[in-house]
Amino acid sequence: MKSLRKILFYLALTISALIFVYPFYWMVIGSVSPESEIGNLTFFPDSLTLSSYSQMFDKIPIGGAFINSIIVSLSITIGVLVFGSMIGYALSKLVFKGRDLIFYIIIFTMTLPFQITLIPQYIIMVKFGWIDTYLALIVPYLVNALSIIMFRQYFKTIPDSLIDASRIDGCNELQIIFRILWPNSLPAIVTIGIITFMASWNEVLWPLIVIRDESLMTMPQLVTLFSVGGRADSQLGVKLASAVMLALPIVLAYLFFQKYFIQSMASTGLKE
Amino acid sequence: MINRKKIMPYLLVSPYIVHFLLFVSFPVIFSIILTFHKWNIISPMEYTGTANYIKLFSDKTFFKSIGNTLIFLVIHIPLQIIIALFLAEILNQNIKMRRFFRGAFFLPVIVSGVVVSMLWQQLYGFDTGLMNRVLTAVGLDKVGWLIDPKIAMPSIALMATWKNVGLYIILFLVGLQTVPVQYYEAADLEGASHWQKFFRITLPMINPTIFMVLILSTIGGFSLFIEPYIMTGGGPLNSTVSAVLYIYKQGFFYYHMGYAATLGLFFAFIILAVIIIQKKFIEKNN
Repeated sequence: MKSLRKILFYLALTISALIFVYPFYWMVIGSVSPESEIGNLTFFPDSLTLSSYSQMFDKIPIGGAFINSIIVSLSITIGVLVFGSMIGYALSKLVFKGRDLIFYIIIFTMTLPFQITLIPQYIIMVKFGWIDTYLALIVPYLVNALSIIMFRQYFKTIPDSLIDASRIDGCNELQIIFRILWPNSLPAIVTIGIITFMASWNEVLWPLIVIRDESLMTMPQLVTLFSVGGRADSQLGVKLASAVMLALPIVLAYLFFQKYFIQSMASTGLKE
Repeated sequence: MINRKKIMPYLLVSPYIVHFLLFVSFPVIFSIILTFHKWNIISPMEYTGTANYIKLFSDKTFFKSIGNTLIFLVIHIPLQIIIALFLAEILNQNIKMRRFFRGAFFLPVIVSGVVVSMLWQQLYGFDTGLMNRVLTAVGLDKVGWLIDPKIAMPSIALMATWKNVGLYIILFLVGLQTVPVQYYEAADLEGASHWQKFFRITLPMINPTIFMVLILSTIGGFSLFIEPYIMTGGGPLNSTVSAVLYIYKQGFFYYHMGYAATLGLFFAFIILAVIIIQKKFIEKNN
């Protein structure tokens, strides 16, 4: 009786896990099936073909979009880590006039809905002549309030004596941040790095607004426009293939660094 | 040397100050100015007084888009909290392959909303979609997931729950692990049932997590955009136009910059009002 209950329990749990995983599997299978067989509720395709992929590569510059996404996401992540740790360090370890004011402004801006700044930010990009450049995709994201707060919190746990000792050894402030604090803050750097990279990799609203030139589009934007535009010629397999390409890099990263992904995402909830 | 030491902190925070002036405070001020103007970016700005505000209050589609967003929230948030809490409670027990199950539920969280929307657009397809195939296979009628105006928004809310629930499972797991084991042991001694323990101990103890999930998913829900953009384009009969999608269309489809800024400002006030009410409610309950 007890073991029967246990079997039923694991069966239910497995079915619910399948509900979350199977659609992705279905998508992959659909992308390598002939057009007529897509959509079947199946675990193994009857025949495999890569024609959807080759057609997709002909229709959209997905390789270029992948490189654009890498450039944009990496630049933003590096910027957020460098600037976030500089600002977080000043706010946690240095004493200066206006420090608390800046801290409260940061907290306040975190509650500001983006819906209010969307239109004027676009106009700024137009006035700067940044439409259809990497600058529009990268610069507004280089400084991020949440990452500053997270660095500030983490640096507070590092003893002042370590910083004082390095100062006596002749380190300047930048050396203290990048040579002394960084090696001692790897958990914070990994967390902020993953959150930032994921958010910028998946960002789609802002690119849709500031990029019109197809050769500069990031992957989510290109795939979105491919999906809603007419160029897929209502061929489902081709659409699915582009969706697989968009999901693949982050899923691969997730498979290798699952633990870090989950820990990082869990800590985003702590900002409230 | 002393001067350098004094300036250094300001140099370090200067990126934030530049960012704040350029991308936060200037846009907010400029957006307020814009609300009193008509502007398509190309021709000069034209002062129109309160015309944008008057237009807003008679704009049925905008209020429908806010209503749609609220429908989304009202379905999405309770569903999300209940499912996440239920699965977290199960994962918190001593089960085999816990890491695998946790990883499975979390998978949709990391994948782009674009992928999830494209995927579910197919799953929700009326004739060949997986959902209707399953329904017909067990002898039920097909559902017009995305083509029935009454059902389309709930369908999107259901999909968003599927996408995000993994994140909230993790947050609840963190919360559940803060509940002292002694409480359960004491309850066991008094012969409490599983449900009694859940409602009398677990639920009150993880109240802070529930409120955190409430606020996070409210903010997320108010940003609803890419899902209707890809899956329905706002249809059928405008039943899935979200507020952000409507603002986007006004701004970047019609180039009504002044009007779109007015909508953005008004909507931001609604968001802040809802969140302040939630926070007040939370403080009262703690």
